[in-house]
Amino acid sequence: MASEEAYRREFQVKGGDFANAGAAACAIKELLKEFGLSPRTVRRAAVAAYEAEMNVIMYARKARIGLAVTPREVRLVVDDRGPGIADVELAMTEGYSTATAEMRELGFGAGMGLPNIKKNSDRFEIVSEPGRGTRLDILIRTNGHVTS
Amino acid sequence: MTLDELVSRLDLKVFTPGLPLDRPVRGGYASDLLSDVVGHARPDDLWLTMQVHPNIVAVAALKELAAVVLVNGRGPAPETLELAVREKVLLLGAGIGAFELAGRLYGLGLKGS
Ligand SMILES: Nc1ncnc2c1ncn2[C@@H]1O[C@H](COP(=O)(O)OP(=O)(O)OP(=O)(O)O)[C@@H](O)[C@H]1O
Ligand SMILES: [Mg+2]
Repeated sequence: MASEEAYRREFQVKGGDFANAGAAACAIKELLKEFGLSPRTVRRAAVAAYEAEMNVIMYARKARIGLAVTPREVRLVVDDRGPGIADVELAMTEGYSTATAEMRELGFGAGMGLPNIKKNSDRFEIVSEPGRGTRLDILIRTNGHVTS
Repeated sequence: MTLDELVSRLDLKVFTPGLPLDRPVRGGYASDLLSDVVGHARPDDLWLTMQVHPNIVAVAALKELAAVVLVNGRGPAPETLELAVREKVLLLGAGIGAFELAGRLYGLGLKGS
């Protein structure tokens, strides 16, 4: 990807900020719609952004979400400061969750967030350093069709 | 089937004022787990749930759901209603439980995914 031609934006997410939960994902969705990406691409990217954002709100202290868009792909890099994930493979298992009782009462903690990101992306990498933070690198290929 | 028809045939309550009800409904999904809905609901689905807190609005908006139906006579929390109106997410209510409502929706020809 020729980085100079990418459209870039950055979003900040604060841990524990349930009141604004989904705000970054919604903003990303609106931007991608304006780019004229296919509804399917927009929905996949929005789902990935939402699940990543919610995990920051539930588990981390803060994060930067970097969005880069080219006619060929949408890339989301979510870099958080937080406890990190000791066993990434386990965390990726559908149904695995360390959500608290309060979070579960609100409907979080299905253990489906990371699997949802995987399902809705074409490449998904997690790198985590326990005690420091987690970095998600999510790539969604468009069908190459951008109308604006 | 449009929301209009469903609202009148099933006697649903409309919590969000001023939002158009002529929107088509394609099917439905019932769950109280947000990521389950994010993973399995489809655009233009009705979402049947007991959850009434503001986070349901973001899920419905992101997934382009036709409406959220709060079951068992529940109503939205004040912040939920406010956010739903702002984000143009339709909130409906049913006096019956999710199982019963899903059965009636099925009877009207709506299907799950
Ligand atoms: N950014 C993160 N920092 C620290 N731990 C994380 C982070 N993201 C995920 N995890 C860990 O991985 C687990 C699985 O995450 P996943 O998003 O799949 O499910 P969940 O958040 O528990 O529930 P759901 O997303 O279905 O509401 C979490 O319970 C948590 O232990
Ligand atoms: Mg999650």
